[in-house]
Amino acid sequence: MVDLASALSEAASSGAIRVEEAGLCGMVTIRGDLTDATFTDAVQAATGIRAPAERGMERVGANALLWMSPDELMLTCDHDAAGDLVGKLESALAGQHHLAVNVSDARAVFRLSGDDGAVRDTLAKLTPADMSVGACPVGAVRRTRLAQAAAAFWFEAEGEAMVVCFRSAAGYVFELLKTASASGAEPGYFAGD
Amino acid sequence: MSHRLKEGGRLIDRSQPKFFTFNGQSMAGFAGDTLASALLASDQLLVGRSFKYHRPRGIVTSGPEEPNALMNLGKGKTFEPNARATTTELFEGLAAESQNHWPSLEFDVGEINARLSRFLPAGFYYKMFLWPRAFWKHVYEPFIRQSAGLGKAPRHRDADHYEHMHVTVDTLIVGGGIAGLNAAIEAAEAGRQVLLVEQTPHCGGRAPVDHAEIDGEPAQDWVDARVAALAAMPNVRLRTRAMAAGVYDHGYALVKERLTDHAPDPSRPRHRLWKVRARRIVTATGAIERPLSFAGNDLPGVMLASAVRDYVVNFGVAPGRRTVVVTNNDDGYRTALALKAAGLEVPAVLDTRTEAMGALAEAAKEAGITVRVGRGIESVKGKGKVEKVWVCDQTRDGFNADPIDADCVAMSGGWSPVVHLWSHCGGKLTWDEAGAFFRPDPERPPTDAKGEGFVRAVGAANGDWDRAGEQPMQPVWSMPEQAGYALKSKSWLDFQNDVKVTDVELAAREGFQSVEHTKRYTTLGMATDQGKLSNINGLAVLAGQLGDEIPNVGTTTFRPPYTPISMGAIAGEARGALFQPIRKTPIHDWHEANSAHWEPVGHWRRPYAFLQEAESVHDAVMREVHAARTKVGLLDASTLGKLIVKGPDAGRFLDMLYTNMISSLPVGKCRYGLMCTENGFLTDDGVVARLSEDTWLCHTTTGGADRIHGHMEEWLQTEWWDWKVYVANVTEQWAQIGVVGPKAREVLEALGCDLDLSAERLPFMQWRDGRIGDFDARVFRISFSGELSYEIAIPTSQGRAFWDALLEAGKPHGITPYGTEALHIMRAEKGFIMIGDETDGTVIPQDLGLNWAISKKKEDFLGKRAQEREHMTDPLRWKLVGLETEDGSVLPDGAYVAEPGVNANGQRRVQGRVTSTYYSPTLERGIAMGLVERGPDRMGETLEFPTIGGGAVKARIVSPVFYDPDGEKLNG
Repeated sequence: MVDLASALSEAASSGAIRVEEAGLCGMVTIRGDLTDATFTDAVQAATGIRAPAERGMERVGANALLWMSPDELMLTCDHDAAGDLVGKLESALAGQHHLAVNVSDARAVFRLSGDDGAVRDTLAKLTPADMSVGACPVGAVRRTRLAQAAAAFWFEAEGEAMVVCFRSAAGYVFELLKTASASGAEPGYFAGD
Repeated sequence: MSHRLKEGGRLIDRSQPKFFTFNGQSMAGFAGDTLASALLASDQLLVGRSFKYHRPRGIVTSGPEEPNALMNLGKGKTFEPNARATTTELFEGLAAESQNHWPSLEFDVGEINARLSRFLPAGFYYKMFLWPRAFWKHVYEPFIRQSAGLGKAPRHRDADHYEHMHVTVDTLIVGGGIAGLNAAIEAAEAGRQVLLVEQTPHCGGRAPVDHAEIDGEPAQDWVDARVAALAAMPNVRLRTRAMAAGVYDHGYALVKERLTDHAPDPSRPRHRLWKVRARRIVTATGAIERPLSFAGNDLPGVMLASAVRDYVVNFGVAPGRRTVVVTNNDDGYRTALALKAAGLEVPAVLDTRTEAMGALAEAAKEAGITVRVGRGIESVKGKGKVEKVWVCDQTRDGFNADPIDADCVAMSGGWSPVVHLWSHCGGKLTWDEAGAFFRPDPERPPTDAKGEGFVRAVGAANGDWDRAGEQPMQPVWSMPEQAGYALKSKSWLDFQNDVKVTDVELAAREGFQSVEHTKRYTTLGMATDQGKLSNINGLAVLAGQLGDEIPNVGTTTFRPPYTPISMGAIAGEARGALFQPIRKTPIHDWHEANSAHWEPVGHWRRPYAFLQEAESVHDAVMREVHAARTKVGLLDASTLGKLIVKGPDAGRFLDMLYTNMISSLPVGKCRYGLMCTENGFLTDDGVVARLSEDTWLCHTTTGGADRIHGHMEEWLQTEWWDWKVYVANVTEQWAQIGVVGPKAREVLEALGCDLDLSAERLPFMQWRDGRIGDFDARVFRISFSGELSYEIAIPTSQGRAFWDALLEAGKPHGITPYGTEALHIMRAEKGFIMIGDETDGTVIPQDLGLNWAISKKKEDFLGKRAQEREHMTDPLRWKLVGLETEDGSVLPDGAYVAEPGVNANGQRRVQGRVTSTYYSPTLERGIAMGLVERGPDRMGETLEFPTIGGGAVKARIVSPVFYDPDGEKLNG
């Protein structure tokens, strides 16, 4: 067996919130016409998940479909399930113009956990996106940037956000999140609502 | 003399003394003091020297508009220049130094400039230092730099750290005074998300000083109740010590919050820069009092009347024992009353108006204060501080003035609303005759995307304040009205930049009509205070001299920031390790642990070479090339761009993007492709592999991955939007490792392989999927070195393990990891071009002899038509050749090929240049490639390359393929 390595060997930090690299995660980029029911039906047939609404996500067990753009979805799953799921998608989508490609290893994933407001405060230091609960509720997907690196995130639950970035930038993004959540630097904007 | 009063001071805590130093001298204040109030409490009137004449200067204001009391704070890594003492909160151990003095504050050599002031009028520097030209750099500029200037730039790395914060709100309210608090409550009650920012540590603005009661409640109680009400609302956030610096398009605003300036703590961020996106912005920024222009108005002890009462009421500090108040409006009386209430002497209130009948004037008279109407100040005299005030008839020229002994002058020239934030994004102003100030014109606000105003000014910032019972103010731009040159040349408009009434008048006489030009010529309103005190007075003088109305002259442009913000706050977290993202391959840690000498490539770091003990970089590179040529080398090529292009129209799309034919490439095979811009210039190159009937994998250069992905998306989204093609950037999904050299196949086979890697079964320019050892591999038979070479793509999570396995398996063969320089040398030995070396955005493939990679069959591709232009087909174009020095030396990089004669600019004519140049360990001599006019037609000709140190190197034109021209090494 080959030793698989995530970008940062599951590095973690504890400050105002806990930041940890989530280890290897499965991720599949799916492109197609989201307005076409034949496409979304086929995706559902392959994954068991219906297509999410704009900027939303749908989860069934370990797998979730995340809305990325009007013609792009991201499937998240266990790392070792991604290859099979690409195969299922390709079969289900055969004959339709589509793209399904395994990008699990191109990404790094971080889990941010703690007080919901403190998680939002941490992200608000780094992203121009509106981190209020109203604009970024649990289950909403946001593609944006963290300081100088491209990133996407969503709240799995209150006080738990997942952040995805390119694997090569993992060290930078971890350092950003660690710095932004350092104790003593809490802005107390969303926290303490 | 200035001193601490026995009692009073609503902001200080007398039970908490705070010790600090000023110019090394120990002084004491109290918690709650500003540095300015603590200095005044210690009888330190003199706080700096003026910019140009080095005149002694004292504290003038109590707020952010302060022009004089600028300090160097801290030392070494916490040093900061130009800090305003009036907004610097006192803390234990604060160390302040005055600026712009030499050798000392009390005795300053530059003061001689003051004696020479009539020789240093407006525009002096412009006029004086024009000729002779050469003198500027060596004589004039060093002299001026020595004699002028405010604080010094810090010389050390800032020890503090900073951060940003992004928030989106419905309503941003700037200013926590009465108007701001009212606006916040109104917006909050309407259900808006509200952010209120207040630049000082306290809400309430001027109210607790200027008004006994608000709505029948004691002012402080009123403020406290409102602040408490807002704090209890879940949709309101209130930040103090937060200064709104600028308002920009789309409701974007910058706010600088000071976290530790008042209580240094290196573990916390010092400043936090808020980037606020607000649907609506309310400016409740108040107003700033104006000075009066009389002779000697810059002497220490002359202050704004509002500041004098601020020091008394807020800090229990008396700026003087005997204060003459001079005013053109009722506000001056507030100061007289406050001083009187504190038991201080007010020998007279000089009111420029011919009668004083407002409620405040009446109260002053009742308190026994002498009020002299129709009077102004002829001049203030004293040695380094106020000693005598000469009182005169305001309407005349200062004749027959009588003296009053005093140590402080409180002046009030009326008020100017703080319109900065309103104006930053295009809000227009209108002249208010009654108040003699510019106020926001509600008909012409800054507008949002819908054309609706998004900034609203309220309260004093809008020119609205309670004038009930007040007598109208009288505009006074010169005191006395008929003052002659002698007085006006001692009447300061701009304290920070040493601009006097006579300077502005001179500018007008010399033809400066625009207020913007006058500003630049005289320096009125420049530097750190940006004319907060001088703006209106200056343009009123200009208007007077031009014989025009003030609103016709207009104001200078208000630009962010409102007060200076630290560079650290602007940088935020982007410093040190977070200055820029550094992209890392999965093998990066191994490189680091094995003494990689790094080279930045885009945001990546790539090993340039791996240094073994005591080895020089050059020696390491030579060793690495030799190993790959004779045994086997290992290259981390993970940074190469990898783009998946898929769809029914993918082939057609790639035929348009590449110069050669891609659609005809069979599945399983690879082709080297060139990509040009629509102007025909070579922009990227790489190997394309066909993965399936409708899927291609396009390799790009390291730096080209994101750029070419964007290039593809742009064409797909704008021009060929109906073509069925999807592109995905999978660069980071794969670790790509080159196994290069005669022993490459043996190393891979040693790992155990389910693929036949033989030259017959996996020929050059083909690829296969399979397993090598336990690894999922895609093997490409491609070579950038000319050697037998396999590039193997492995999922990134397996990349490091695969690298380690190759090192282990390659040990018996002397496997040697190599860096980018060895890669470059080997490709140059083979005559392979490199994007960015042989190309520079002006080079077409034909220049590089790459005609074989340009399809003649295709009807069109990006760049095709451009390449048919006359200039592109000119036979005199510089073309790629190899260059071999006669003496075997290495040609200097970028060297030009000289030609006899000079061009129109008198420069040596040239006919080519070096694009790549290396020492080849394989050939044991210098080799180079270059672009030379008609180069390929001139094989064997000797060219001359002048070198930087003088002299020239001679080199012969040869084929660019220096090594293995017949490709015999390719199959091992």
